Amino acid sequence: MKEENIYSKKVLEYFRNPKNLGTIKNPDGEGKAGNIICGDLMWFHIKIGKNKKGEDIIEDIKFGTYGCAAAIASSSAVSQIAKGKTIKEALSLKKEDVIKILGELPPYKTHCILLALDALSEAIYDYLSRKELSIPVELQKRHQRIQKEKEIIKEKFGR
Amino acid sequence: MSKKRKKIYLDFSATTPVDKRVLRKMIPFFSKKFGNTASSHSFGRQAKEVLEECRKKMAEILGAKKEEIFFTSSATESNNTVLKGVAFAFKNKGDHIVISSIEHSSVRNPAFWLEKFGFKITQLPVDKYGMVHPKTLLEMITKRTILVSIIHASNEIGTIQPISELGKICKKKRVLFHTDASQSFGKISFKIKDLNVDFLTASSHKMYGPKGSALLYKREGIEIESLLHGGGHEMGFRASTVNLPAIVGFTEAAQICQDEIEEESKRLINLRDKLIKRVLKEIPRSYLTGHPKKRLPNHASFYFEGVEGEALVVDLDLKGFAVSTGSACISRKLEPSKVLIALGLKPEKAHGSLRVSLGRETKEKDIDDFLKALKESIKRLRRISGFKL
Repeated sequence: MKEENIYSKKVLEYFRNPKNLGTIKNPDGEGKAGNIICGDLMWFHIKIGKNKKGEDIIEDIKFGTYGCAAAIASSSAVSQIAKGKTIKEALSLKKEDVIKILGELPPYKTHCILLALDALSEAIYDYLSRKELSIPVELQKRHQRIQKEKEIIKEKFGR
Repeated sequence: MSKKRKKIYLDFSATTPVDKRVLRKMIPFFSKKFGNTASSHSFGRQAKEVLEECRKKMAEILGAKKEEIFFTSSATESNNTVLKGVAFAFKNKGDHIVISSIEHSSVRNPAFWLEKFGFKITQLPVDKYGMVHPKTLLEMITKRTILVSIIHASNEIGTIQPISELGKICKKKRVLFHTDASQSFGKISFKIKDLNVDFLTASSHKMYGPKGSALLYKREGIEIESLLHGGGHEMGFRASTVNLPAIVGFTEAAQICQDEIEEESKRLINLRDKLIKRVLKEIPRSYLTGHPKKRLPNHASFYFEGVEGEALVVDLDLKGFAVSTGSACISRKLEPSKVLIALGLKPEKAHGSLRVSLGRETKEKDIDDFLKALKESIKRLRRISGFKL
């Protein structure tokens, strides 16, 4: 019970006033991911639109998080970065891109960012499968891993 | 965020502020009466005299002989001394040690460290209130058992163990018995003879004394190995230059607690029960952890569905309230509290745990204000987690 959390003011601001919270009615894609060790869960709803070049972009995004302050801040930050991005851009987002706007997290909390990126990739996977569009091999592999982890969480945490 | 708010500390089970009366007693011993108790000149003799007065006073408070009181630097040190000291002194008699499954890490970790040296550790199960049953203890003691160590009152769930009964069993079975009374000393009245213990740990900073001071009660006639080897301090049992200011403070703090215990515990029980009653009534899907009645006067602990404890602690901290949690998210290893799991709570329940511990400064209004903040925080976090009532 003693471990201390040291969050930056920026992270706390994301935690206090998260953006894009909630759900989208009739989303084009829904994705969920969980951490098999602590049991935190995150999910995204996305609405897809087109940019001027006619590429698919994330027009709207909403999130939900059952987890710690870092998990909530990370999902808000990921949703803010992803909004307006093309699918390809959103899929190539890295931890470092999120840290750029969120600021540093304590080292043992950075997995929260990876979890948010996983949940986002799941929403994109869901969209591509619904539309029967081609799914990059990497995304397929990522999807399989996340699915396996979700099964473990269901067994371990019952959620 | 920058708005200045009054901060309300409700984490007295973690540590307490030093009482002003205690601090006043300590001050002369830093720069004026600074002598080393081991020196033979007047400075040393003066310090030694004060040390022995403190020992005598502590012995009186505990109902022990002064030769049975050893000052240490922390409850962790006292616990380590007992676990390791008994193990190595009695290794020819046996190799089995029994602890409860809700021990503080300063008992659990030295116990499991002893496995490296061939000792075998049994963890006693507890019921859903975190209570150890004497019958279970009786079943676990074998011919090889040399020590039983059971926490007096739980730091996480507040449950008070039937130490006296457990001690009787150990006595009958001729097994040494230790209790870690870090949370209970100064909060509930007891004398050593009522507890039937051979060793007892007590801590200063949990009872408005300074950090860096604690004690070990060791029954006369029981010889165990030392943890610290060096000079001949503490009757040759515990080497280290004596931290006299801290010991003076600890002793004064213990005296004040003893003098005020009846009134103060009545007041705290009142506030505690009000808090528990209102939380359970006003917050849907909230549950108490630990025993509803046999618990520390200042201790309330809960879990809430659909809320993660670390986020709750951070949210309440932003509102100016200091509390704690046993959620996996607060530990670097991402593991939920072992104590909560020992109660039979599923990890997802432990995930939403919260400990609120009251103290001398806590007023009724603090409880009202805290409840208001708690309700808001839980509502907000449940909205984020999409939790449906």
